[in-house]
Amino acid sequence: MSAILPPAERLWWKHPLDRVEGTWIVIAFVWCMILVFMMVFWHLYGRQNLSTETYATTADAFRTRAEAWAEKYTVRVDDTTGQPVVAPPEGGDAYIIARLWSFWPTLELEKGKTYRLHLSSLDYNHGFSLQPVNINIQVVPGYEHVVTVTPNQSGTYSIVCNEFCGIGHHTMVGRLYVK
Amino acid sequence: MSIATTYRTCPRSGLQFEAGAEKLIIANAVAAVVFLLIGGLLALGVALTRWPAVHWLQPDTFYQVLTAHGIDMLIFWIIFFEIAVLYFCSSTLLRCRLATPRIAWLAFALMLVGAIVNNYAVYKGGSSVMMTSYVPMMAEPSFYLGLILFAVGALVGCFVFFGTLVVAKRDKTYEGSVPLVTFGAITAAIIAVFTIASGAIILVPTWLLSLGVIDKVDPLIYRMIWWAFGHSSQQINVAAHVSIWYLVAAVVFGAKPMSERVSRGAFLLYILFLQLASAHHLLADPGLSTNWKVVNTSYFMYFAVLASMIHGLTVPGAMEVAQRQKGYTRGLYEWLRRAPWGNPTFSGVFIAIIGFGFLGGISGVMMGTEQLNMIIHNTIYVPGHFHATVVVGTTLTFMALTYYLIPTLFRREMINPGLARMQPYLFGFSMYFFCLVMMGAGTLGVSRRHWDMAFSGMPMAYEWPGAAYLMMGLVGISAVAAIAGGAIYIYVTVGSLLWGKRIDGGAASLSSKPTPLMAPAAVAQGYGSQGFAAPGTFLLAMVFLVAFILYYFVNWKYLSTVWGLS
Ligand code: HEM
Ligand SMILES: [Cu+2]
Ligand SMILES: [Cu+2]
Repeated sequence: MSAILPPAERLWWKHPLDRVEGTWIVIAFVWCMILVFMMVFWHLYGRQNLSTETYATTADAFRTRAEAWAEKYTVRVDDTTGQPVVAPPEGGDAYIIARLWSFWPTLELEKGKTYRLHLSSLDYNHGFSLQPVNINIQVVPGYEHVVTVTPNQSGTYSIVCNEFCGIGHHTMVGRLYVK
Repeated sequence: MSIATTYRTCPRSGLQFEAGAEKLIIANAVAAVVFLLIGGLLALGVALTRWPAVHWLQPDTFYQVLTAHGIDMLIFWIIFFEIAVLYFCSSTLLRCRLATPRIAWLAFALMLVGAIVNNYAVYKGGSSVMMTSYVPMMAEPSFYLGLILFAVGALVGCFVFFGTLVVAKRDKTYEGSVPLVTFGAITAAIIAVFTIASGAIILVPTWLLSLGVIDKVDPLIYRMIWWAFGHSSQQINVAAHVSIWYLVAAVVFGAKPMSERVSRGAFLLYILFLQLASAHHLLADPGLSTNWKVVNTSYFMYFAVLASMIHGLTVPGAMEVAQRQKGYTRGLYEWLRRAPWGNPTFSGVFIAIIGFGFLGGISGVMMGTEQLNMIIHNTIYVPGHFHATVVVGTTLTFMALTYYLIPTLFRREMINPGLARMQPYLFGFSMYFFCLVMMGAGTLGVSRRHWDMAFSGMPMAYEWPGAAYLMMGLVGISAVAAIAGGAIYIYVTVGSLLWGKRIDGGAASLSSKPTPLMAPAAVAQGYGSQGFAAPGTFLLAMVFLVAFILYYFVNWKYLSTVWGLS
């Protein structure tokens, strides 16, 4: 019962190891290095890397800017949601305000075009969970996160809040169109 | 120096219990089981609400119950039990008295009061903030105060453990180095000190914020430091349950570690490489650089993963070697077929090892990869992963250990051994399934901590695919089976304490000096280096590796199909 008894030799770091162990350690180590490599590789060659562009902001500043932007690019009012539908130009900025308990406004993007999506929250933490593609990004108040997105399929998407944000959390769902 | 106390030697196990330590181990273990019971009842509320066809609780109750379930299970059940394990691994395994039993009782009292204060805050309402309590969402001050009191108590408990090591060393109650299991417990306690310090650094200001003494805690800093606490505490669990795996291999099979160097080296990796693991909870966050994420992601360059992969081989490997020495040498797996599958201490641990590795380990590494995190962050995949680690891994291991302790520590005959025999299978396998279907639903995007996946009445409602509903239904069904398994555990352990036949646990010693323990002769202990001693385990490890590689790359494939992000 030696795992619960002192080792026979005090200098345990000198004990020999079995070939099963040695072989496995080498294999496992190589695999771990591959795991590290994959992250770096994807930064160089992959197309899905989360941007780290972030600015400190305040609820007021972010809302003011998002509203001015929305006014400029609003194309219509959505009949199901009642929200303005905003279609920014290719390569331009797009804003989404997360707050208790809505995402505002409804975006209309075009397939294959790239946008700079600004995300921030006016109150608590929220979750930006784009469905059904299943891209999930944390939205933290006080920080404006600029994510560059390129939709690769047209359709109607939903944005589900997947960070608990109070009693209305499960009602927090928004919409996004890709033409 | 000796202090007035007595020792008894359990005739069944040969373990020597000091009277003071024994009472403290019992008190902490009993408190743990009480919180497991509460957490289990809450789990019923959570699961029956997330089961779409049942959708039991109202939203406010659901969020309240979920907050309490997370805290009671992850913090109170686990840490009370771990304090009991620390006292056992120091006082009992080193055969010495517990240092400062009075202070240990103070620690126990602080933990108990803290747990009650926190629970009361949650049940009263106004503190349904989830265990993570991300600012600026605020709970009542007593919510944080309860956690702080509990943490201080646990920290004091760790120092009692360290003090006990000193007592053992000074009184020379063992020869040479501490046993491997104690070594593992030391790693757990060292990590615990770091963990609790992080917890204090973030919870104390948040408590002051809730009292209005200070006016801001930065939400992102909060997340980073909270996870330095939240993740490291999982590393305590891993160090603790791996230690128990070695313990069980020793007491059930008489197994020796294949090599002390490898096993201890792997424990040291946990200490050296886990602290920045909070990074993998922040992969989808703004404001952190790519370099910081890549370097710190997943246990700092995966050395902690390496450590767990090593233990995953050496624990069953040690069992295999021991069994082969008993003559079970036919084929690759006679040793495993002839293992004591009817002994819940063994079966619980074995089911825990396999589930922890295949379900918890593989999914954890996938989620902890910087880019892959985007396809699961905050989905119900996450609780799917950590129920595989902290329930199948840690909780089931603790359950298995309890079956061993009932006769030796509690000195009772187990009531209903038939039920106990099937309990690890029921609990373990239904938990396996539960984790798998949660991961399945999470892969389809279903959110965690969400009361209503149907978004009833919402004009913008999102319609989840039918498969997601199916998965969540299966989550509910398997949860009920797992809860039944948990209930059996509580019935058997509490029932044995209350109604089990008393058994002779060895008379109290007359002198207050412990009987010292001699290190076994080198020949009796004999180490590794027998060539290729555990081929069956090695094959199992290779199967694990293949599953790991396949699953890992399938997820990269999945990621490559989503929108371009840069
Ligand atoms: C039979 C037993 C159990 C069942 C059926 C169960 C069920 C669940 C479910 C369905 C959730 C996810 C709810 C959601 O996110 O919407 C959950 C969350 C959780 N469970 Fe369990 N659980 C069980 C045991 C445990 C144990 C033993 C632990 C810890 C040792 C644990 C720790 C947690 C934690 C930490 C959360 C996360 C709470 C949060 O999101 O803040 N559970 N449980
Ligand atoms: Cu929200
Ligand atoms: Cu929310």
